[in-house]
Formats: sequence, C-alpha cells, structure tokens
Amino acid sequence: MKADDARVTIRVELPFHLRTLAGVGAEAKLEMNAVPLPTQRSVVDALEAKYPMLRGTIRDHQTRQRRPFLRFFACGRDLTHESPDCPLPSAVAKGAEPLLIVGAIAGG
Amino acid sequence: MTAVRVLVGTKKGAFILTSDGKREKWTVDGPHFAGWEMYHLKGSPVDPDRIYASQTSGWFGQIIQRSNDGGETWEQPGTPAGDSTATPDGIPMGESNKFAYDTSPATGKPLTTHQWYDGTQHPWEFKRVWHLEPSLNDPDTVYAGVEDAALFRTTDGGKSWHELAGLRGHGTGPQWQPGAGGMCLHTIVQDAANPGRMYIAISAAGVFRTDDGGHSWRPVNRGLKSQYIPDPNAEVGHCVHRIALHPSRPNVLFMQKHWDIMRSDDAGETWHEVSGNLPSDFGFPIDVHAHEPETVYVVPIKSDSEHFPPEGKLRVYRSRTGGNEWEGLTNGLPQSDCYVNILRDAMAVDALDPCGIYFGTTGGQVYASPNGGDKWAPIVRDLPAVLSVEVQTLP
Repeated sequence: MKADDARVTIRVELPFHLRTLAGVGAEAKLEMNAVPLPTQRSVVDALEAKYPMLRGTIRDHQTRQRRPFLRFFACGRDLTHESPDCPLPSAVAKGAEPLLIVGAIAGG
Repeated sequence: MTAVRVLVGTKKGAFILTSDGKREKWTVDGPHFAGWEMYHLKGSPVDPDRIYASQTSGWFGQIIQRSNDGGETWEQPGTPAGDSTATPDGIPMGESNKFAYDTSPATGKPLTTHQWYDGTQHPWEFKRVWHLEPSLNDPDTVYAGVEDAALFRTTDGGKSWHELAGLRGHGTGPQWQPGAGGMCLHTIVQDAANPGRMYIAISAAGVFRTDDGGHSWRPVNRGLKSQYIPDPNAEVGHCVHRIALHPSRPNVLFMQKHWDIMRSDDAGETWHEVSGNLPSDFGFPIDVHAHEPETVYVVPIKSDSEHFPPEGKLRVYRSRTGGNEWEGLTNGLPQSDCYVNILRDAMAVDALDPCGIYFGTTGGQVYASPNGGDKWAPIVRDLPAVLSVEVQTLP
C-alpha cells in the first residue's frame, strides 16, 4: 500500500444531543485518508457525509461557519479559533485521541 | 369511537396526550426529543398520522422531524431512522433542516435588512422555525413560519424547503422589527374556501395576505393602533401576537395584538377593536370555537411588562358575540397565586361536540375543557414550559 492510500480511523466525541440525533455512542468513528492530514473542516465534512442528519447542527448550512455555541478541543487544547484548515494534532490524526466537539456552557 | 390527540411542544421536549371522546382520562406519552426546544408540532388535516415537528436549539440549530404513525416513531424527512448514508451521488442529506433565504436572481429577492432593536438595519439571519402549518389538501405540503421572519414551503413532505420570497421582498422589510421573542413569523392561517388565500402574522410587522398562493403579499393592518408607532396609519410595524378565523366565515378574523383584541369583517382590509370589558387586553393566544363562529377565546395577561394573569387569577375569557362582551371562565382554573403565561401557539380547540378547548402554560400545565370552557381540569401539571398546543380530533 502506498503512503497516500493509508487510512486512519478518526475519533470524534459529540455532545449528548448530537449523539442521540446521529444514533452513535460516545464516539463517532470516521475512516479517512491519512494524507493529507485531517483538519477540522475535513473531519466535519466526513462526519456530515456519514451522518447526514448532523448537517447544519455543527456548521451553518450556507456559510459553513461553526455554530457559535460549539467549541472544538483535542489533546487538552482549545482548537475553536484555529483555522478550520489547520492540521489537527498528530494524536488525533493517528486516531489515538478524539476530537471533542463540545457545547459551550451557557444556560440550562 | 372518536379520540383526541393533543400535541404539546415544550422547552425541553414534546409530549403527546391522548384521550377518548369523553376527554376525561388521558394518556401522556413523552418526552420526545428530550432536552430540545420543541417550538411546534402539527398534524396534517388530510392524514392525521402525518405529524410535523420543529425541533430547535440555540446550540445545534434547526431540525425538522416527521412522523407517519401519529407520533410513535419519528424521522428526519429524507433521512429515515437507521439510514445514515449519503445519496448515491455522494451528496450528504440533511436538506430537510435547511432553511436558506431565497437570494436567487430568478426570483430576484436579494437578502434584505430589517430594523434592529436599536433602530439600525440588520441583515436577515435564520434562527428557527416557530410554526408549521400543514396544507389543508396535501399531506406533503407544509408552510413554515421562521425567525427572522419569512415563510417557507415544502411540497415533498419536508425533505426540502423553499422560501416564498415575495413576502420578505414585499418592500417594507426595513420597517419590520423584532419583538421581545425575536422577529418571528408565528401565525399561518389558510382559507379553506379560497385556496389561493392565506394570512400570516409577524411580530413586529403585522398581518399580510396573499391571494395568489403565496407569490405576492400585501399588509392588511388598517385600523391597528400601536403606541410605539407614531404614525396612526402605519402600514406595518404592528406587534400582532396571533390571528384566528372560523372556516365557515373566512372573511371574519380575530386578532390578539400586543395590546388590543381586534376584529376584521372584510378579510383584514379593516380592523376594529373588540376588547370590551376584558380586565386586560394584552395577551398572546386567541382562538375560535369549532362550531360557533362568533365564540372567541383569549387569556388576558396583565401587561407587556408583567406576563402573568391579572391578580394572579388564571382566567380564560369567552365572548359569544364576536367580541366586546366577555365572560371570565374560572371553574377548575387557579384563582390565586398563579403567575404563568400562555404563549401565542399554546391554545387550540378540538372538533367534537361539545367543543373542547385546550391551553398550555409556561408553568407546565396543560388544561382542557371538554365543554367549551365551562369547566377546566389539568391533563398534566408538571411539564416543562409549554410553547405550543395543537389538537387533533381522530375518527
């Protein structure tokens, strides 16, 4: 297998309501190409492709911007304000750590 | 044996209340979509087991749900439960949740601006679906009233939604402004006798009517007086809370405005006040008896600053004269220390005889009267805050 064909399982931890909506457990698992390195954008693209019922719940349908009350974390870092095209931390790209999509704490 | 199904949307899920025609013993089913704001659920008049629901969240946006079995199971239209694949050509589904304002050159409605709270202009931004109104004739056709105010329609059972852009593009948009709850299109009334005619109401813009199936619209607000609008003849800008009509008298409309109960006898061309002897003419819902077109129900609220019943007494008021003369209905309703509100979409009537009246409160009670309002009893007492109540009368 050529390096370009290598696949990796990306793990995404969703907030409770999106797990229910997508019918997944604590983590959604996405089979993606290892190269180019996964980014926020490519992971959410893959997530929406596999779980189309999530389309519009994480990013706006039209602008594709992250919804304002959602945040992205991984490996103890807040990735929310990084470019959606930045490669994710290598531990996430290797499937060792999940990308966390978290609802901002606001109200009940 | 007839039955009644009450569809209740709350701040934290949906509930389905069912009873036989006596309306004495009730079954409570739910919560459906627990934890989500369920703004509105409504069944198709053509196929009562086809129910549409608006599921919404400040975090996750808008979801449209549909049931084909009276609310036992639900799916996102076009995305059946358990089917999580994209279309054969690889396009992700989820279109059923997409409410995109029409900016296409073909229909020529560029995204406009409306008045913001501070008087500046603000671009339209979709926030949520407030109201779903299934067609009187086709179970696959539904109208959706949304915030920021616009009207959408599906003709494929909710799989895709398209704006009827002639309303937002009417030209008065820059004068529309949000009320306290946002700038929402909250009421959609179809005229069964005239398929091309429909009314919508927006807070705070007013009532608009189409006579050509939604292509073109004009405001019908003459006679409305609003303290905060200096021009007594203002065409738009009025905070209409709710309108209702009886199918047998489609030219007679009743309105609960921010303040004032209003009536029109000419399909909205002119309005006159019929608040009469009400203890307060502020309120949100208004509805008409199923069999008596001059019998109207409102729930007075103390004021725009104090959204609870006057004197802490929860009273539905009934007029049997089409307004002006109102009687307070109190039997079975709390007459002390009651400080709930009843929201605009939270009152409905069934089609049985005698007519049943239903309403839900922000305190989580859903009250029913099986005899036109003479006597009330709670179906449930401790739901989350009730956003909407709809009733289906089943054969």
